[in-house]
Amino acid sequence: MSYVLDIALTHLRSRVRQTVVGVMGVATGVGFSIMMAALMEGSQADFIRQLVDSLPHISVSDETRNPPRQPAETRYDVVQIDGLRTPVVRPGIKNPMAIMASIESWIPGAIAPSVQAKAVIRYAGRDTATSFTGLDPKREQKVSKLSTQMRQGSLDALYKATNALILGDGLAKKIGARVGNTVTIVSGAGRTLDCTIVGIAHTGVAQIDDASSYGLIKTGQILASQIGLVNELRIRVADALQARAVATRIEAETGYKSVSWQEAHEDLLSAFEVRNIIMYTVVGAILLVASFGTFNIVSTITHEKARDIAIMKSLGFRAKSVRRIFVIEAAAIGLVGALIGWALGYALTRAMGSIEIKSPFMDTSTIPVLYSPLHYALATIVALASSLFAGYFPARKAAAVEPVDIIRGAS
Amino acid sequence: MSAETRETERGERGPLIEARKATRIIAGDVPATLVADIDVSVSPGEFVAIIGPSGSGKSSLLYLLGLLDRPTSGEVFLDGAATSALDDDTRADMRLASLGFVFQFHFLLPEFSARENVMLPMRALRRLSEKAQVARADMLLEQLGLNEHAHKRPDQMSGGQRQRVAIARALANDPKVVLADEPTGNLDTHAGERVLEILRELVDTQRRAVVVVTHDLALAARADRQIRIVDGKIAI
Repeated sequence: MSYVLDIALTHLRSRVRQTVVGVMGVATGVGFSIMMAALMEGSQADFIRQLVDSLPHISVSDETRNPPRQPAETRYDVVQIDGLRTPVVRPGIKNPMAIMASIESWIPGAIAPSVQAKAVIRYAGRDTATSFTGLDPKREQKVSKLSTQMRQGSLDALYKATNALILGDGLAKKIGARVGNTVTIVSGAGRTLDCTIVGIAHTGVAQIDDASSYGLIKTGQILASQIGLVNELRIRVADALQARAVATRIEAETGYKSVSWQEAHEDLLSAFEVRNIIMYTVVGAILLVASFGTFNIVSTITHEKARDIAIMKSLGFRAKSVRRIFVIEAAAIGLVGALIGWALGYALTRAMGSIEIKSPFMDTSTIPVLYSPLHYALATIVALASSLFAGYFPARKAAAVEPVDIIRGAS
Repeated sequence: MSAETRETERGERGPLIEARKATRIIAGDVPATLVADIDVSVSPGEFVAIIGPSGSGKSSLLYLLGLLDRPTSGEVFLDGAATSALDDDTRADMRLASLGFVFQFHFLLPEFSARENVMLPMRALRRLSEKAQVARADMLLEQLGLNEHAHKRPDQMSGGQRQRVAIARALANDPKVVLADEPTGNLDTHAGERVLEILRELVDTQRRAVVVVTHDLALAARADRQIRIVDGKIAI
């Protein structure tokens, strides 16, 4: 063992109580940092997972990002056009089957057509707004988790009754309807349909479960009063994180507005970023506070050991060797503290993860936590860096000791 | 060994340590002159005692000769090399390889055993393997009659034993010069006599140079040469 390391460890061993306090300070900091990161990222990951699972990754609608250019604008450098009448455009995606075939040829995932309609469900004398989605059950199974999120009935039950309907469980609860009941749907186009409830779905996202209803594509087309209408293509990609890039390409190829799940929830994701910044700031602050303990210990040792430092330098130890002794002491406190902090952090995370809660927004029974080696690595790096930082200044002071000053004083 | 033989051999090698017009002044509101215009040289196989009243500058001269302090003016040579302008690391390396120190207070590291204290300079110099370091430490401790105390910490030994451990540590790297500052000042007569015998043996049998600062005139009388310092200057 290097003599520098030997002296450093001997110093720490000879001050067991101080060393334990310092180590536990770092361990507590690391442990709580790991737990906090696991909680914050766990809840975030859980929320995103449910969001991604309950919606298609990409939604291609019959809208465009920008209004079409007027012919006059293209022909002339027109700066102002007055009295323009917006032309009536037939809603829906043109040639949806051809577009689907084109996208399917390169997309790493699956695609399904659907019809979106705003409607009102009339039941027991009450009108309740709903967001109706007409879908193809066979294709839908490949683009969303709806088939696995059925609480009652199944997606295929849509084929088994005329104008069959699946309701979100929140919506069903709100209107008091159950499977087998018949409800009336009134569309924005003025069409009225009596529909039989064949299933109840539960995505886990309250916003969706409280307002969504699902039927076959043809039911949607009847409600929209437009045969052959497809106004949304729902896409699921193999890697959810690639959705934004795929959406951009689809929009460039088709001209239709193509929205990835990231874009649809941009505000939420940016809130998560802010939350993460806050989290890592707090975690850094916890570890910084822990490093004050290390600073205190190393400072005390250098003060107590001034005579030993002088004698070591008089024997011929270089200043950097003396400095290294105390930096190693700080690093040892940081390293051992971090290792104990791993165990503490894991135990705390397990404990927090076992607490049962009921969230009004999410379908969660226990606090979601995320076990990530990155949390352990980050906490260790910050703990070690702050320990080294805390140890460096007293170590530098120790290295600057003039041996003759101490020896003269002692004599 | 006779004084004549020593003189011959000294003449062959020249001085090991030499101070030329060395002056040390501590700056401050009222500058204090510790030593002034000192000319001293110490050759191999020579036992030199620096004597003088308290506060006369004996220890300050020893610190200059031992490269623990730098002269404000003048020069200190170690083995013919000027040392004042050298950087701290080079001076530390020279101390480690060529000089051994014994202080009035033993200044052993309290957490380490006698053997570990003796090994410390060897570990820093890294000239010997660890096995050889242990062997040399044990040999030095045995020479000083401490072989049974090798595993003891300083607080488990008497003052005389600690001082002998300090001498063994000073000899660890086989230095050319041993510098001792009141090495018997804290010891009883018997222990002091033993330390003196050891220092004398270093000169007579191993041809090392020994420089001792002392108040003890009986100890000084055992030296080959005495240098008397009064008010920071050599008194004729």
